Amino acid sequence: MKYLSEYRNFEATKKYLDEIHRIATRNWNIMEICGGQTHSLVKNGILELLPEKVRMIHGPGCPVCVTPLNLIDKAIELLSNNVIVCSYGDMIRVPGSKKSLLEAKAGGGDLRILYSPIEAVSIAKENPDREVVFFAVGFETTAPANALSVLHAEKEGITNYSILASHVLVPPAMEAILDDELCNIDAFLGAGHVCAIMGTQEYLPLVKKYKIPIVITGFEPLDLVQGIYMAVKQLEEERHELENQYARVVKEHGNKAAIDVIKKVFQVGDREWRGIGEIPNSGYVIRQAYRKYDAEAKFKVGNITAPENSDCIAGEILRGIKKPNQCSQFGKTCTPSNPLGAPMVSSEGACAAYYNFSDNLISS
Amino acid sequence: MNKSELGFDTINLGHGSGGTMTRDLLDKIIFKTFNNTFLNQKHDGSIVKFDGEIAISTDSFVVSPIFFKGGNIGELAVNGTVNDVAMCGAIPKYLSLAFIVEEGLAIDDFTKIVNSVKRAADNSGVLIITGDTKVVERGKGDKIFINTTGFGEVHPEANISANNIKVGDKIIVSGLIAQHGMAIMSQREGLEFESTIESDTTNVNYLVNDLLDKFGNKIHLFRDPTRGGLASVLSEIATDINKGVIISENKIPLEKQVAAACEILGLDPMYVANEGVFIAIVEANVADAVVETMQNNEKGINTACIGEVTEEHPNKVVMQSLVGGKRIVSPLIGEQLPRIC
Repeated sequence: MKYLSEYRNFEATKKYLDEIHRIATRNWNIMEICGGQTHSLVKNGILELLPEKVRMIHGPGCPVCVTPLNLIDKAIELLSNNVIVCSYGDMIRVPGSKKSLLEAKAGGGDLRILYSPIEAVSIAKENPDREVVFFAVGFETTAPANALSVLHAEKEGITNYSILASHVLVPPAMEAILDDELCNIDAFLGAGHVCAIMGTQEYLPLVKKYKIPIVITGFEPLDLVQGIYMAVKQLEEERHELENQYARVVKEHGNKAAIDVIKKVFQVGDREWRGIGEIPNSGYVIRQAYRKYDAEAKFKVGNITAPENSDCIAGEILRGIKKPNQCSQFGKTCTPSNPLGAPMVSSEGACAAYYNFSDNLISS
Repeated sequence: MNKSELGFDTINLGHGSGGTMTRDLLDKIIFKTFNNTFLNQKHDGSIVKFDGEIAISTDSFVVSPIFFKGGNIGELAVNGTVNDVAMCGAIPKYLSLAFIVEEGLAIDDFTKIVNSVKRAADNSGVLIITGDTKVVERGKGDKIFINTTGFGEVHPEANISANNIKVGDKIIVSGLIAQHGMAIMSQREGLEFESTIESDTTNVNYLVNDLLDKFGNKIHLFRDPTRGGLASVLSEIATDINKGVIISENKIPLEKQVAAACEILGLDPMYVANEGVFIAIVEANVADAVVETMQNNEKGINTACIGEVTEEHPNKVVMQSLVGGKRIVSPLIGEQLPRIC
């Protein structure tokens, strides 16, 4: 298959793996930011093919994992008020403080799983007597489509549509991780798809300030091993630069049309990250001009709060301080069918990736 | 069937009342279509004779949409149960057929489904010998649900049991995986995408019968990986036999278009449902011959040997990835959920 099989090629992947083995002389901790990269690393069994010296640390780039618990409770509250709630698929099994969206659906809530928020606008148009809310979570990658749905609703004069937004941004999260005194990260694999939207420029200040290599990387096995190779090479040569492994997709200035749409609807604001806490200027909030499309303002659910399960160490996992199998609950009280925290739910979550795909980490 | 023959163009509650409307529906559609000596007795049930061991399997079909590329719920209900009986090492003979119809279903659609049941039953060599039709109020069903129970004679040479599986046995898959699930997905409300992916629904009982004729008890297990896909069934088998299973990703028969659709939707084909595909676990010394026999049958053209049973990692399925890594293939937990990005 074009653009897939080429990047899953055994010989090409092996060539880079051999090079990594050859050049790695010291221990290096490399964090892949994006959950999609974690998923691919584990699914393709790449972790065990790397030399012991090269340790991958799984970053916070799983949108489901970092969406605050209270936001799930808010979506459930909307469902119980006869609102049609539309969501991306892997959000629905994440436990809220009492139940998940899936359980709320079984209890009679009108929950729809969609691939695009534009479909939610269509649902609003077809159901003028009902309120429709799209659960708009994600990083910079999903922000353009979510923003576009708001612009689409505005253009069509649809007033029964709004979004429950929790957009988070990658660079502030990387900065928060680097500022953490427990941080042991030597290099980053940047999140390829986020950069496809935003470009590469916003990572330059991080490279300079923290003197850390950042390699913008794709998601296929060959992308990942090449990205890791480039990072190790920089480290071994004591360089710290911004490099772009994913140049077939990522351009320096990103996707201007997508950025314009984001900027029209959203502005940068403080955001709470599940398991990490509030990070200043780390997310998008809906601009005042589009407040009527903000479900939190429209339905007065803004003051719902929810405490995290104290047994879950998702925060340490998401900051790369611990690995999933270092959690005492992993595979015991916390499994994909009965998750304590979000990283065990999403297939991009580090805990679920370890549980599902990684042989030596599952207790027999 | 049209309005002039039955007096209605949709099924209504009266058709499930047990009164003359029910009788009319049965006479003009069901009995007329299936027309065999068992059903024509119009008794409460049928009496049949078997000589040896009997395999029985039941299944309910609730697929939505009821018409999809490559088939409809009617033939699915026949093929699904026929194949389940065949997986027991048996030759399917008879089927029961029970409909739960939501009022408002077009008589035309009902007729199409019944005709499709008949065609599929004829293709599999089974007779519909008893049945039931209930009608539920609008909103209490989803157009039509079908339950079928199949009865088959166990093949004299068959000895199908997970207990027979040994280390070194080969794992063979009879065709392209994930076709049915992706055909349904491509037409599901809210997810429609353009594709020519067709459901693989078909009967495999004749192919199974051939294999039993030729290889008898050297075939240790048949399973059809319907819901939960290949991954879930292999995981179940590994757990049941307390042995390991190793498979190679590059051996798994997967059509390019299906692989692409799975990529786009963020789904893993290993967990997507199949209908006309089965797994055979066979003694290593007949594996090549089994594969050849299957590839020479139109129902098994894409057959491939994908792996084997191992002493290592008991209870677990391990897949050798395309790039040479290894991963656990775990069973499906709930429904497979598409990823955000």
